[in-house]
Amino acid sequence: MSSTTDTPTETPRDDVRDAEIARVCAALGSSVVDSLVKPNDDMWIRVTADAWRSTAETLKSLGYTYFGFISAIDWLPSPYGRGEDDPTAPPVERSSVIKQGYAGGDTRFQVIARLVQPFSTLGINIKVDVDDSLMAVDSWTQVFAGANWHERETHEMFGIGFNGHPDLRNMYLPTDFEGHPLRKDFPLLARMVKPWPGIVDVEPLPGDDSEEEGDAS
Amino acid sequence: MSLLGDRQQLAYIAAQAADARVNVELETEGMTLNIGPQHPATHGTLRIIARLDGEQVLWADPSCGYMHRGYEKLTEVRSYPQVTALVNRIDWLGSFANEVPFILAAEKLMGVEAPSRAQHIRTILFELSRIANVTLFLGDLGVQLGAVTPVFFAFRDREYVLNLIEGATGGRFHPNFDRIGGLKDDLPAGFIDETRNVMKKLRGFCDQIEDLLFGNEIFQSRTRGIGVIPKDVALQYGLSGANLRASGVDWDLRRDQKLPLAYDKVDFKVITHPDGDSFARCWVRLQEVRESTRIVDQLLDTIPAGPIMAKVPKIIKVPEGEAWVSTENPLGEMGYYVVSQGDMGPFRVKIRSASFNNISITPWLLKGVYVPDIITILASLYFILGDIDR
Repeated sequence: MSSTTDTPTETPRDDVRDAEIARVCAALGSSVVDSLVKPNDDMWIRVTADAWRSTAETLKSLGYTYFGFISAIDWLPSPYGRGEDDPTAPPVERSSVIKQGYAGGDTRFQVIARLVQPFSTLGINIKVDVDDSLMAVDSWTQVFAGANWHERETHEMFGIGFNGHPDLRNMYLPTDFEGHPLRKDFPLLARMVKPWPGIVDVEPLPGDDSEEEGDAS
Repeated sequence: MSLLGDRQQLAYIAAQAADARVNVELETEGMTLNIGPQHPATHGTLRIIARLDGEQVLWADPSCGYMHRGYEKLTEVRSYPQVTALVNRIDWLGSFANEVPFILAAEKLMGVEAPSRAQHIRTILFELSRIANVTLFLGDLGVQLGAVTPVFFAFRDREYVLNLIEGATGGRFHPNFDRIGGLKDDLPAGFIDETRNVMKKLRGFCDQIEDLLFGNEIFQSRTRGIGVIPKDVALQYGLSGANLRASGVDWDLRRDQKLPLAYDKVDFKVITHPDGDSFARCWVRLQEVRESTRIVDQLLDTIPAGPIMAKVPKIIKVPEGEAWVSTENPLGEMGYYVVSQGDMGPFRVKIRSASFNNISITPWLLKGVYVPDIITILASLYFILGDIDR
């Protein structure tokens, strides 16, 4: 994705966020892989996995003291789900090419966190790639106490470990539950055994283009 | 502020030392107390395992998941307009407020903005759901502390607000009224006058509760100085809403954030309290209901004319991108991180609900308190189970 320097000139400028991201990138130095500012909207940075915890410390000292959330994104296109509402229909052909989001990425899993500056409400979304073989990043619990439950939830839902977390027990699921439900390759069983009644919602309306008919039937 | 927080810990250490002296002769044995998942004093199916030493809590461990419905996974197999039916059920006492940030996130990705009349009505319904939600809290608060009367007043007066919401949207609890680009319908005839009456009644309810509960000596002695959360701790746990403002943080997303809602057209106060204890949290909520009725009154005077839907395609496809929108919901900051890959449904939705963060402070907060104060603290933190478990 585009970095801050090559934002097209016709888009509206956002001097506050541009200055802020420059300040953040200067403080973080070489640990920033990529950054993005959407004018009058939000800021994204991607950091290296080694610098994940020190990023939290640096941002906290820069004034980002409000903890928003930690979660993860599985960028694998799901082999299940939409278009398979009817289990009798043949499976839909889908691409398995990973499309990354804002601030780019190289791995299937990314951990994403959000921190906010309390009184200016400038927020920043921080992403980090999770190495497929390690499947773990450092924990933020020593920096933001609120990260504790968010990391437990992420661990349970995506199978991503957090080094240094005091207690990565399951939050919602039984202890002996197998699999990680929010991974894209985890099937949504309720959808696979019975057609979903909500399917009628996506039928084309009369007078619309007929191209959508294939999806709904 | 941190001194206040330490006071609780110091009291615990002092009590421990006193106990230790006694324990030389009388050996006490610790005990594990299980509260919930079905307990009349909890709001639902939150279970708390508390390790006690006499009357004091050594550690407490909230155990969630009794109401986990997997909404983040379900959003991935639904289309954008269908998601609002799901998110209605996150905080079920203030359902309409849950729809707004998601719809705003989808609108942001599509580059659509609702017409000003729709934004205005959205804000009115948003505040009405806040009033309905917090009204029940004020009644329920009494029940949890042993006063039965306030809850009857609360249920009576909340019904007026729910009738308004039902009149406008068709649903008492789950309106499912917000659409990408606007609203499903316009306001019904007579809504404005009726709402004005109800707001008057609700202000009366606030006075009543203030007399009945907040002026009550027992209530004060059970809530003052109990469960103190210092400012810096509140921030690093990501507390939001009244819980954060009761710790002296002057921060309200309605005022501090630029969103396509009508809050910039009204004049309202952000209520804060410096103490950070249970009383402060309850008091802030009470004052916020009053402010909300004032906001609704002002909005009713200035509803602009015009359409209630922007031009959007019949089959909604959201362009690729990522968006984060959060609003000041009745329980606190509720936000959606929506990732779209150009499909009819979202690729990934992270639901950041207020109660999840608000309740994650309990292991820290309950350390060293007495058993009856567990209920006070949980009541004053105010959580909705659906908002924790999603």
